[in-house]
Amino acid sequence: MKIGIAGSKESNDCLVTVKESKTTNIIIDSIVAAFFYDQIKAVIEETLKELNIENVTVVVEDKGALDYTIKSRLVSAIKRMEKSV
Amino acid sequence: MINGVKRQIPDDLKAFEKSDAFKKIKRRLINKKEKQSQTVFFDNIEKAFDHFKIVSGQCLSFHHHLRNGDKVIEMVAHEIENRNLINMHLAPSSIFPNYTKLVDLIKNKNVTNIHTNYINGPVADTVSQGYLDGKLIMNTHGGRARAIESGDLKIDVAFLACPVVDRNGNGTGAFGKTACGTLGYAISDLEYARYVVLVTDTLVDELEDYQFDGTYVDAVVVVDSIGDSDGIVSGTTQLTKDPIGLKIAKDCALLLDELDMIKENMSMQTGAGKTSLAVVKYVKDIMKQKNIIGSFASGGITKSYVEMLNEGLFRELYDVQCFDLDAVESYHKNRNHKAMSASEYGNPFEKNPVCNKLDFVILGATEIDLDFNVNVTTDSLGNLIGGSGGHADIAFGAKVTIIISPLIKSRIPIIKERVTTVTTPGSDVDILITERGIAINPIRQELIEILKNSDFPLFTINELFDLSHRITGVPREVGHESKIVGYVEYRDGTIIDCIYQVKRFQ
Repeated sequence: MKIGIAGSKESNDCLVTVKESKTTNIIIDSIVAAFFYDQIKAVIEETLKELNIENVTVVVEDKGALDYTIKSRLVSAIKRMEKSV
Repeated sequence: MINGVKRQIPDDLKAFEKSDAFKKIKRRLINKKEKQSQTVFFDNIEKAFDHFKIVSGQCLSFHHHLRNGDKVIEMVAHEIENRNLINMHLAPSSIFPNYTKLVDLIKNKNVTNIHTNYINGPVADTVSQGYLDGKLIMNTHGGRARAIESGDLKIDVAFLACPVVDRNGNGTGAFGKTACGTLGYAISDLEYARYVVLVTDTLVDELEDYQFDGTYVDAVVVVDSIGDSDGIVSGTTQLTKDPIGLKIAKDCALLLDELDMIKENMSMQTGAGKTSLAVVKYVKDIMKQKNIIGSFASGGITKSYVEMLNEGLFRELYDVQCFDLDAVESYHKNRNHKAMSASEYGNPFEKNPVCNKLDFVILGATEIDLDFNVNVTTDSLGNLIGGSGGHADIAFGAKVTIIISPLIKSRIPIIKERVTTVTTPGSDVDILITERGIAINPIRQELIEILKNSDFPLFTINELFDLSHRITGVPREVGHESKIVGYVEYRDGTIIDCIYQVKRFQ
């Protein structure tokens, strides 16, 4: 199965794992979920849409990353997934 | 009713008005305790419970000088459980993560009321989740001394951990296997509790120097160990390596210099956090460069201040609690490293408490709001994570109070429209320094005047608030349950804010 991982679990960063899947699922585990869950989910959805990616499971383990960090980690993870065999 | 920091307070409580309202009020003092008879010695806590006939509903107090290494509060907690005492009121000066036995006692209603100045860890979580049957009262260090001396907080029995005790009941923390230095937070307990029990693991014939006067001591319990030395020392001893923290610290020192606060006879206090330690280093550099000798530094004393005392940069240190072993050693050996009690430190009714003599203080914040009110009691979800300690006392007393903090901590902006919980009123907070800009409280026009033509990046607090939201997005309002689990009591005994049960998060 194709899989890509990017990021870290350092403070202010996030670890994004992307896997091929039958449907699109987004799983968010964030230390700031109470305040920013909707925003984090929106960034992931928008980024997937921009890249025309469907049918992946995205797992975000977030330690308070800003939107641009989440987005760039997701893009890297997707690129790594696409390269993986 | 709405109090002086615009918070809703139940009508039957004394609402906070303003930070100098105590000046209109006369100091109330109960009689200091009189010793009943010769000090008696026991070899376990159980015998002290029998001797003083400790029963359900009484108030037992403790100090927190052994911090996360304290075993005394756990010993007493076990005895409360063994006897199945209920509705006990505990008044430790702070509650640390290791005091886990209290969690069971709270859930089983053995303990139903708590007074403390700082609370963190599992006990804090238990209270935040609404398990405490009565109320948690969060005091300041000076406010706790005031509450005890006035009889507002009546202590039946004080169990005071004491590293070394002599045959006359005199005690010290300056040396011994669990040496913790000065015992400043326990002095009010010693003088005003109905009964005083020292708990020690080191008994000597006679002490020449002591901080606890045996004439107040009713009993001494000698046990194998009162604490783990690893937990006694506070974690932080190194200054920050984080570039954001270093920038904030450097800007803080330069700003103090611009305000001409770094000068002959200066006095200061900082916290013991990594960024505070960096501020101390930069201030020290400026003092050396300009050949300045300060009058004193106060607080929880750390190694950095001990070094400054030894290098002749300060004439004296006033120490209510030693944060590390260097401070303990210095307190033991250096006459200019002086102990102070919590009352001498921050009690508003003392004639000239040390907090009032401070030129400037550097403090942290979990949150600060558009009125400059500071929260160090709860996090932004409302979970208890700390408490004033001396925060509100020195913010009131110092000529200039500076809050240092990153503008954003793990995506959470530290500036709120309204803080979740008010610990320190904004009227006593003068300057906020963040890595992205500095805000000065508009009530301090004279500071704005001095700094307006400087190179410092000055903004209004509203501008910094907007800037942080542009970076993080606007955080969702979380809210809280309706149950009040406790109150933040200002140093004068009025209620500055309520603490609510946290919302169950889905």
